[in-house]
Amino acid sequence: MAARKNLLQSLDYSVLQQCMHCGLCLPTCPTYEETKIERHSPRGRIALMRAIADGELESTRIFGEEMYYCLGCLACTTACPAGVNYAGLFEAARAQVEESEVLRSPKRDLVRWFTIRLLFMHPRLLRFAGRLLWLYQAGGLQSLVRHLGLTRLLPGRLRTLEPATPSICRHFSDALIAPVEKPRGAMRHRVAVLTGCVQDLVLSNINRATVDVLRENHCEVHTPRAQPCCGSLHAHNGDLAAARTLARRYLDLIDPFAFDAIITNAGGCGSHLRTYDHLLAEDPLYAPRAVEWSRKVRDIHEWLVETGFRRPAGAKADVASITVTYHESCHLCHGQKVSAQPREIIKSIPGLNLRECDEATWCCGSAGIYNITQPKTATWLQQRKIGHLRNTGASIIATANPGCHLQIENGLRMHGDASTKVEHPIVLLAAAYAIETNGSRERAGQ
Amino acid sequence: MIAELKGLLGPDCVLTAQEDLIPYAFDGTAALRQLPRAVVFPRNPQDVSAVLKLAREHHAPVVTRGSGTGLSGGSVPVKGAIVLCLVKLDKILELDARNLTLLAEAGVITQKIFETADAAGLFYPPDPSSMKISTIGGNVAENSGGLRGLKYGVTRDYVMALEVVLADGSVCWLGNKCVKDVAGYNLRDLFIGSEGTLGVVTKVLLRLLPKPAARQTLLATYAQMDAAAETVSAIIAARIIPCTLEFLDRKTIRCVEDYTHVGLPTDAEALLLIETDGHPAAVADEAAQIEALARAHCATDVRRAATPAEATQLATARRSAFSALARLKPTTILEDATVPRSELANMIRFIEQTAARHQLEIATFGHFGDGNLHPTFLTNERDAGEMRRVETAMKEIFDHALSLGGTITGEHGVGLAKKAFLRQQLGDASYTLLHKIKRALDPDGLLNPGKIFD
Repeated sequence: MAARKNLLQSLDYSVLQQCMHCGLCLPTCPTYEETKIERHSPRGRIALMRAIADGELESTRIFGEEMYYCLGCLACTTACPAGVNYAGLFEAARAQVEESEVLRSPKRDLVRWFTIRLLFMHPRLLRFAGRLLWLYQAGGLQSLVRHLGLTRLLPGRLRTLEPATPSICRHFSDALIAPVEKPRGAMRHRVAVLTGCVQDLVLSNINRATVDVLRENHCEVHTPRAQPCCGSLHAHNGDLAAARTLARRYLDLIDPFAFDAIITNAGGCGSHLRTYDHLLAEDPLYAPRAVEWSRKVRDIHEWLVETGFRRPAGAKADVASITVTYHESCHLCHGQKVSAQPREIIKSIPGLNLRECDEATWCCGSAGIYNITQPKTATWLQQRKIGHLRNTGASIIATANPGCHLQIENGLRMHGDASTKVEHPIVLLAAAYAIETNGSRERAGQ
Repeated sequence: MIAELKGLLGPDCVLTAQEDLIPYAFDGTAALRQLPRAVVFPRNPQDVSAVLKLAREHHAPVVTRGSGTGLSGGSVPVKGAIVLCLVKLDKILELDARNLTLLAEAGVITQKIFETADAAGLFYPPDPSSMKISTIGGNVAENSGGLRGLKYGVTRDYVMALEVVLADGSVCWLGNKCVKDVAGYNLRDLFIGSEGTLGVVTKVLLRLLPKPAARQTLLATYAQMDAAAETVSAIIAARIIPCTLEFLDRKTIRCVEDYTHVGLPTDAEALLLIETDGHPAAVADEAAQIEALARAHCATDVRRAATPAEATQLATARRSAFSALARLKPTTILEDATVPRSELANMIRFIEQTAARHQLEIATFGHFGDGNLHPTFLTNERDAGEMRRVETAMKEIFDHALSLGGTITGEHGVGLAKKAFLRQQLGDASYTLLHKIKRALDPDGLLNPGKIFD
């Protein structure tokens, strides 16, 4: 094992040293809050990484488990007075765990190969799998299987996860959005829209709404076909090589020099998309494009506020006021520091009344695939989140990341709450624009 | 001993794996590390007592720890130590609105005490910068200060009683809810600021105040350091005691402006953030007087907040001072040399000269109202040559502070970081007295040994 590459040792040591272990990250860290044990805190994890970089500790199984117990929510980076790049450390540490193979088991290897290496590397295969699942769901087979109690035949973990299987959309983004769509008024910007992978399968209406909203705001919108996964899943799970491959594919598909902005509407993707410059810094062929890419990536809310979006018309008094609360995606608020803009957009919508919830910036437990790998902590966070959201009395929960979206929907279902809706802020805005033209409250998209 | 500890507390409450110990090898102090032998989590004072008895049988040193945010190495383990971590003693036991007191276990987070009091219309004033995560037990052990020291004092001024577990495991209760009480020696005060060397504080009875009805924030900029210092003297001479009177030096102002872009004049030599609180009429009157005094003493600009949002904005410069400095260099060493108010300008000038003499980066900010400065060394612990110069400069700064009638530590404690300077400050007779007290209460020398003095 000693002969293996120590990825933490090859890191710029000053990144590790930047942590002055003041402890201000502790109260923001969900796993420290759950256990009150330093190893499960950001500064504790950094101390372990540093011990490995210093050669004082081997990359052990406990270290591996610790790195996968971290949610990667990045709340610590917002609290950190010293500006420690925890996201970079976290990715390097997980890559180190994979490199040292301390967590390997046949089952884990199979799951990783099937998801990270197979499904999420091949966009057409992923969509084909999605289509099969849709047939299973829409054809009534799923209800039949559930009705007959056949899910009992599944192994334990899968059985508990089964009810959380997301509903696949009838139409994916490419069927809802034309490759190029012109703005409704004068054209001021040319932008590319990223459709995501999970979002494309289960929430493609958000992508449609994103294009609608951009068209209302003077953008010519380009949406390349069959887009790959952005690679955040891979980078966050210790497979930086696959993350680089996917980044290169995106750079081949979308030339950043041809657009004013590259628009993402999913918090988790956006946070990773901005790091292509670092990810490909040592690739002479792609580095210049990657730098331009990172410079132009914009979260949709950030872009709309930055370019002075048009506030939808309509007198507040005309519509019965609906209470909305906003749950911040970790990688939107902590990863991208986009926090005020989605609120500004929600507040601009006639008839909506934004009521803040407690701990809006706390993780909901989705955290990529954390709800699958660490169900206990994920469920604890989900319950905590649902409690805060329901306390507001809001009938709409706005959030801007597919993982959070599904996690909150599942949490509401577990509470038997069928009336509260989860929506992306941009879907709400698109609906408000649609009301202007149609005069009805029909939702945008499908 | 480990097996006995596990039998006593349950296996989940005793950590011994290397991966578990590494994160307890340090606290908030730069460049100090020592692995403990085990970390234990008591759940009540009886557990604490049992651990201390067991440690005594095995002659094992015990280092008490809260959230580990200390800045003098007070909770850094010593070799072979059991770390007694009190974070799971985290309940607020009582809020007594008739006597204005709050009873909390030692591991309760300071912020939670503030919020609990606030929700009842009451006020717990001490606000160390780490209050979002520091524990009240740690605040008592270090006698922590904060930004409101000038008007409201420090942690000691709010402790009415303590439950303390002594080295032999006996549990004693020192103090009560009476405002007046002269029965026996004031032993309670002996434990406040004793840095875990005399006993383990397990419960704290705190005094609360009515919440001030109004507050007003001002920000004043100066081209000359002396003008800022004179403004402070003039405010005090006018019989005004602001609740906050904070200061940033030129280097800190530049760093803050680079980091926050809030529009601070980067050629300014000093910046004062002043806050007054109390009855609305008194606050309005004091704020007007303070503004006039600042202008009379050559402030280049004075801004008075019209709304709470504006007050927050004015306070941004001071609040982000540490963040702005901490991200410049890998190692940030925050000191707390303190001098009588009248000597502040002299001390600040000396720090600047010392930095220049040793080619070091030192930025100074702090609590101008109570003379408590934070000269902050921006350095790199892996640069041995520079670290030697840091040590020399630090010694010169402490020597100078003492020559002005000051102290080596205003609010961080002596711990490991400053014990080399303590004898110089106290003199032989007081220093010996410390030893005598330590021997009387901890005859085996097992409670946080090697801290404060050897």
